[in-house]
Amino acid sequence: MSALDLARWQFGITTVYHFIFVPITIGSGFLVAGLQTAWYRTNKDKYLRATKFFGKLFLINFAIGVVTGIVQEFQFGMNWSSYSRFVGDIFGAPLAIEGLLAFFLESTFLGMWIFGWDRLSKKLHLAAIWLAAIGTLLSAYFILAANAFMQHPVGYVLNGTRGRAELTSIFKVLTNSTALAAFFHTIPSAFLTAGALFAGVGAWMIFHKKDAEVAKPALKIGLITVLISFVIVGVSGDTTARLMTTQQPMKMAAAEAVYNTKTNVPFSLLTIGTLNGSKSVFQIGLPSVLSFMATGNVNGTVEGVNTLEKSYEQKYGPGNYTPNIPFAYWSFRLMIGFGALAALISLLALWFIRQGRFPRKRWFVRSMVVLPFLPILANSFGWIFTESARQPWVVFGLFKTSAGVSPGVSAASVLFTMVVFTLLYGVLAVIEFGLIYRTIKVGPEKTIERDENSKTLTMAY
Amino acid sequence: MGILLPVVAKNQAERRAVLTTLGPLWDGNEVWLLVAGGATFAAFPEWYATLFSGFYLPLFLILISLIVRGVSFEYRSKYGSEKWRSRWDLAITISSFLPALLWGVAFANIVRGVPLVKTSAGYIQYSGGFWNLLNPYALLGGLTTLSLFVSHGAFFLALKTDGEIRVRANKLGQQVGLVTALLAVLFLGWTMLGLTSKGGVIAGSTVVVVAWLSALAANMKGREGYAFLFSAIATAAVVITLFTGLYPNVMPNRTAGGPGLNIFNASSTHYTLGVMTWVALIMTPIVLLYQGWSYWIFRKRINPNQISTPEAGVLDTVH
Repeated sequence: MSALDLARWQFGITTVYHFIFVPITIGSGFLVAGLQTAWYRTNKDKYLRATKFFGKLFLINFAIGVVTGIVQEFQFGMNWSSYSRFVGDIFGAPLAIEGLLAFFLESTFLGMWIFGWDRLSKKLHLAAIWLAAIGTLLSAYFILAANAFMQHPVGYVLNGTRGRAELTSIFKVLTNSTALAAFFHTIPSAFLTAGALFAGVGAWMIFHKKDAEVAKPALKIGLITVLISFVIVGVSGDTTARLMTTQQPMKMAAAEAVYNTKTNVPFSLLTIGTLNGSKSVFQIGLPSVLSFMATGNVNGTVEGVNTLEKSYEQKYGPGNYTPNIPFAYWSFRLMIGFGALAALISLLALWFIRQGRFPRKRWFVRSMVVLPFLPILANSFGWIFTESARQPWVVFGLFKTSAGVSPGVSAASVLFTMVVFTLLYGVLAVIEFGLIYRTIKVGPEKTIERDENSKTLTMAY
Repeated sequence: MGILLPVVAKNQAERRAVLTTLGPLWDGNEVWLLVAGGATFAAFPEWYATLFSGFYLPLFLILISLIVRGVSFEYRSKYGSEKWRSRWDLAITISSFLPALLWGVAFANIVRGVPLVKTSAGYIQYSGGFWNLLNPYALLGGLTTLSLFVSHGAFFLALKTDGEIRVRANKLGQQVGLVTALLAVLFLGWTMLGLTSKGGVIAGSTVVVVAWLSALAANMKGREGYAFLFSAIATAAVVITLFTGLYPNVMPNRTAGGPGLNIFNASSTHYTLGVMTWVALIMTPIVLLYQGWSYWIFRKRINPNQISTPEAGVLDTVH
C-alpha cells in the first residue's frame, strides 16, 4: 500500500474511533445537565443519584473523546501536509476558534463540575455542567463548519501563485448551508445516541433489579430522547440530501447507485451491480421516492453517475470522478437502517413500558442492550458515507485527496503510526468497555452523604 | 508532576493528592497546547505543515503520550487494585516524561535550523529524517525543558499540598531547580553562539536567569506561590527568547542561504490573520478570566489525610 492509502486508512480508523465517543459525550452531557437541573429544582435524591451515576459514564467517555480528538488536530499536519498548505488559510481558522471558544469552556467547566461538588454553590455547580455541555455544542459547530468547507467550499478565492485557497469571508465559511444542515443532523444524532445509551442502561438495571428509582426515569427519558431526535434527524437528513444533490450530485447518485440520469427515480431498496460496478443488473425500490428526496418533486430528475462522470471530465480534465459505488450505496443504507432500527425498537419499547409496566423477558432486555450500539453504527456509517463518497476530492471540486498527502512522509512511517494507534485504541476500547460495564454493574450510590463541614474531599483522583 | 509522582509520593494517599491537585486543571491547561496547534495551523499553515510532517516521529510520541496521560488521570482510581494503579502510575510517569523532553528537542531543532528542501510544487519541506533531530544541541534543549518542567511542577506541587509531601516537593524543586539553572545557562549560551544578532537573546536570557534565581530563592524561603510565579515567568521567557532569536524566521534552514520558513512566506493572508487577531483579542481575556477563577476556586492546599479511603476504588464494591 502507498503512503496515500495508508494515510487514508489511518484517518478513517482514528476518526471513526474518535466519533464513537463524541456523540455519546455531546448527548449525555446535556442529559446529565438535565438530571442535575431536575435535582436542583425538586431536591429529590433520586435525581442527584442519577446525575452522579450517569455523570460517571459520561466522564469515562469524555476522557477517551478528548484524547483521541488531539490526534485529529495534529494528523492534518503530519499525514496531510499538502492538504494543510492548500486549505490552511481557511481551514485553520475554525479549528483555532473551536479551541478558543469551545475547548476551554468544556475543559475548564467540566473540571469545576467534577471537583466542585463541595466547592461551588449548588447554582454555580449546575451552571458549570451546562457551560461544559454548551462547549461541546460549540465545538461541534466549528468542526462541522471546517468539514463543510470540504464538502461545499464557500467564502474563498484561489491564489494560483501560492497554490492555495484563501479566505475571503469567515462569515460565509461559518454560515455555510452545508454546515448548518450537518449541525442539525449531527447534534440530534448525538442526542439519539445518548438517549439509546440511557434507555439501554436503564432497562438493564431494571431487569437486574438495581435501583429502579434511577433506572425508570433513565429508561423513559432515553426512549423519548431517541424518538424526538429521530424526527429531527430525519428532517435535517432530508435537507442534507437536497443540498447534497445540488452541491455534490455525484455523491447522491453514488448513494443510490443511479447510473443513468432519469426522472421519477425510485429509492432503491436493493441494487445488484455488475462486477465492475458500472451498470446495475437488478433493482427493487420505492417508486419516485428518490426523486422526491433529492429534489422535493416526485417527477424530479436525478443525474446519474455516468452522466456526471462525463461532465466532470469535461470540467476538471481527464480522470476518474466516481467514488466507490457499492461502498457509498451500502454505507448510506446502513446509516439510515441502523438509525431507523433504533427508533423502531425505542417506539416499541415505549409501548411495552406503558403505565409503569416492564416485560421481564430476555428478548426485551437483550434488544435494549443492543439498542445503544445501533446509533453508534449509524453515526459511523454516516461519516464513512459522506467522506468516502466525496472522493476523489478532499475539497470538493478544488483539491484531490491524492494531492493532499504529506510528500516527505514514507509509507513505512504512516504504517508504523497507524499500527500503534490502532493497537493503543484497541486496548483503550477494552478498558473503556470494561469500565462502562463495571460502572453500570456497580450502580448508583445508595445514599449520598453531604456534609458541608467535612474535612475530607468529596472528589479525588 | 507526572514525572515526580513515583519520587515525591510515598503512598496511595499522597499519590492521589498529587493527582487531585491536577484534577480540575490539567485538561484546561492542555487546551492551550491544542489552541497553539490550531493557531499555528490558522496563522502559519506552511509552518504547521512542514513542522508536523517533518518532526513526524517525535510528534507521534507526544500524541501517544497525551492520549495515555489523559485517560490515566481519569481511570487510575477506578479500582483499588495495586496492580491496576501501579500500571497507570507508570503510564503517567512515562507519558509525562516524553513530551517534556521532546518539546525541548523539537524547539531546539527549530532554533538550530533543520535541513529543508524546496519541492517541485514550490513547498518547503523537511528532509532530515528522525535521527538528525537527535543532535547534541537539541538533546541539551530537551534536557533543559525536561528539568525546567520537573522543577516547575515541583513548585506547583509544593504550593498546592500540605504535610510531608509539600516538604518533599519543595526540596526536589530546589535540587532539580539548580540542575535546571545549569542546563539553561549552557543551552542559552550555546544558542547565542549560533546567532548573528544577539541583542534580543541576551536580554531574554537575562530575564530567564533572574526569574529562575528568584524562583529558587522564593522556594528556599518556603514562599511557594512566588516560586511558582517566577518559574512561570522564566518558562514564558525561554519561549519568548527563542522566538526573538529566530525572528523573522519560524523554521530556518540549517544550511545558510537554503530555503527556509519565515513569518512572511509561512503565514496566512492578511484577512485571515485579522480575523484570528480579533477572535484572540476578544476570547483570550475571557478565557484567562474564567480559567483564573477555576484556579481560585481550587486554591486550597490538599493534604493527603483529606482523602478518606485512599486504597478504595470507585468501582470496587457493587452498591
